[in-house]
Amino acid sequence: MTLQNARSGLTRRQLLARSVAAGAALVVGPGFIAGNDAAWALETTALKPETMATLVQMARDIYPHDHVPTEFYVVAVKGYDTPEAAPGIEAGIAALDAAAQGKGFSSYVGAGWERDRVDLLRAMEDSAFFQKIRGGLVTGLYNQKAVWPLFGYEGESFSQGGYIERGFDDINWL
Amino acid sequence: MVAKFDQTDSSVVVIIGTGAGGGVLANELAQKGVKVVALEAGGRYLPEDYVNDEWESFGQLAWLDPRTTSGDWRVARDFSGLPAWIVKAVGGTTTHWAGASLRFQDHEWKALTTYGRVDGASLLDWPIDGAEMAPWYDRAESKLGVTRTGDRPGLPGNNNYKVLEKGALALGYKEVHTGRMAINALEYDNRMACQQTGFCFQGCKWGAKWSAAYTEIPAGEATGNLEVRERCHAARIEHDDSGKVTAVVYFDAEGKEQRQAARIVCVAGNSIESPRLLLNSASPMFPDGLANSSGQVGRNYMRHVTGSVYAVFDKPVRMWRGTTMAGIIQDEARNDPARGFVGGYELETLSLGLPFMAAFLDPGGWGREFTTALDSYQNMAGMWIVGEDMPQETNRVSLNSEVKDQFGLPAPNVNFSDHPNDIAMRNHAYKQGMAIYNAVGATRTLPTPPYPSTHNLGTNRMSENPREGVVNRWGQTHDIPNLFISDGSQFTTGAAENPTLTIVALAIRQADHIAREMSANTL
Ligand SMILES: Cc1cc2nc3c(=O)[nH]c(=O)nc-3n(C[C@H](O)[C@H](O)[C@H](O)COP(=O)(O)OP(=O)(O)OC[C@H]3O[C@@H](n4cnc5c(N)ncnc54)[C@H](O)[C@@H]3O)c2cc1C
Ligand code: SF4
Repeated sequence: MTLQNARSGLTRRQLLARSVAAGAALVVGPGFIAGNDAAWALETTALKPETMATLVQMARDIYPHDHVPTEFYVVAVKGYDTPEAAPGIEAGIAALDAAAQGKGFSSYVGAGWERDRVDLLRAMEDSAFFQKIRGGLVTGLYNQKAVWPLFGYEGESFSQGGYIERGFDDINWL
Repeated sequence: MVAKFDQTDSSVVVIIGTGAGGGVLANELAQKGVKVVALEAGGRYLPEDYVNDEWESFGQLAWLDPRTTSGDWRVARDFSGLPAWIVKAVGGTTTHWAGASLRFQDHEWKALTTYGRVDGASLLDWPIDGAEMAPWYDRAESKLGVTRTGDRPGLPGNNNYKVLEKGALALGYKEVHTGRMAINALEYDNRMACQQTGFCFQGCKWGAKWSAAYTEIPAGEATGNLEVRERCHAARIEHDDSGKVTAVVYFDAEGKEQRQAARIVCVAGNSIESPRLLLNSASPMFPDGLANSSGQVGRNYMRHVTGSVYAVFDKPVRMWRGTTMAGIIQDEARNDPARGFVGGYELETLSLGLPFMAAFLDPGGWGREFTTALDSYQNMAGMWIVGEDMPQETNRVSLNSEVKDQFGLPAPNVNFSDHPNDIAMRNHAYKQGMAIYNAVGATRTLPTPPYPSTHNLGTNRMSENPREGVVNRWGQTHDIPNLFISDGSQFTTGAAENPTLTIVALAIRQADHIAREMSANTL
């Protein structure tokens, strides 16, 4: 399970060519998915790439932050790409796709508007599968040190001597 | 110099737990020449070990043994296995605590008399009062180096405080300041001044905040009278045919059962573990658990009326910078039933880092209502509500016979439901908190539900009448003269104030009493 920079492997055009009807993540080959901006790519080992792509979209729909690139969502869910976790995830995503088809969409990611996808998620909000994914994201997404600067959070401060001389009281608009 | 006592030495005082209560008691007794063995379930972590990272620190320090929950509090739904946020380490929860150190108001020692009977509440007066406690509070404040007491100055206000202060003053509040904090504004007691790091909850890496881990414990050890046995989990307390306690059975770091003889046993495992230990020590002579002839062990569990208010502004606040809780509004702490509830509450600054904010802002919440709030994380200010909750007999810690811990001991279940007075108080506090931030131009306010309990009180309460509580005015159990309770579980009622200063003052006073009785040979 490696997160790679897709730019080294596939060209942006090649990726875009395969991005039909995909959401935040698209399947670009057997066992291989990438962001539709080609900024990241992930090889899957246990999960079907389509499943991983749907899972990434689901993660973004649960905790949508438009300024957070998809690669952080990928990192948050890639831990499910193991032989132990895969069957449960495949089943959960299959149920999600089935629910989407029941509403006339081709699949979960085939629902173009977030509102429609969120409706599908609301309907399964109490399921163990949804709660497992949501619960895992709370730490999986927000506890990534690399995501903190995107929210302005500065993290560890001891090594820099705290904020005593770095603006603990610098508010200037009150 | 560190003492090492024989397990068969029955002249020692055994203290269970080394937090605010147990750690202070251990040092105070050791200073008086009393031999002490302190059993501590957790390991030893010092400032160099603490980490400026919320989840990593939580994993390092928090008590994570199995616990269960019931009752209608939201914690039982959102954090069913984590009723309380408590530390398992030498120094106990004083590693995590924020340092807010307030005395009870005089009337709060007499809750039943002051508030009168309240339906559904098991209110009681403490058998002690403010005048009796005043000198002990003086000693506790100088031990902890509490700011704005003695001749100690206050801490400087950080960004989060400045927002709170401006809003509070706009609403006409008068008692607004940077708190009475066990955090050094100036160097004190060989510990440096606060560097405004902002990780008070994760253990202060500068040692600017008082914690028993690096004050009381080493000071006690230096006397040669205190042996701290870390990673030793007390399992049960034994007694003889006369009903006096004689020994503590514990599991050592290797999980092996050990026994330490004792002249006196003092229980200070915090308000969930302390009653659990008494209940797990049931014997043919005491079938309902030790010191439980009243049936009150584990009952009257209190956790303060809590909740937070976060607010989003159109410009940055960066509330995480600087001291987490150095800011307070005290005007609502009075008892004024005209507000629709008895008792009062304090409002204190509070900040969580992004990882904890995501977990605690609206547990279980998702979607854009949730994420747009986090998108404005830098522009948030925050405050915490801490108010007096009503003791209720049915709010209790009991043994869950179906769930066992790693030693095979029944896990504690914490059952809690809010009293209507608690709900009325919280709603009032939410309204005031939101008004404070609106007065400074908040674009959005977020009345946030209570977190897992950080204040755990009342489960071995102090009472004049042995039928109404577990311990007397000294924390000595009504039933067993050489068994004491030395932590927050002694609290008869919770008052509006953060509890630790009172726990410390009671521990200093208890040490004085125990040493006196020991030398008079009445114990
Ligand atoms: C994040 C946070 C912030 C806080 N901020 C404040 C604040 O600003 N002001 C304030 O007044 N209070 C605050 N508190 C609360 C304060 O920390 C507690 O009130 C106080 O530490 C309780 O003291 P205690 O002696 O009852 O228990 P603790 O300090 O929790 O100590 C109990 C000790 O007993 C040990 N133990 C338990 N069972 C056993 C056993 N069977 N065998 C051996 N050892 C055992 C535990 O490992 C622990 O070390 C805060 C708490 C938290 C979590
Ligand atoms: S803000 Fe002050 S008290 Fe808190 S951790 Fe930093 S130095 Fe310690």
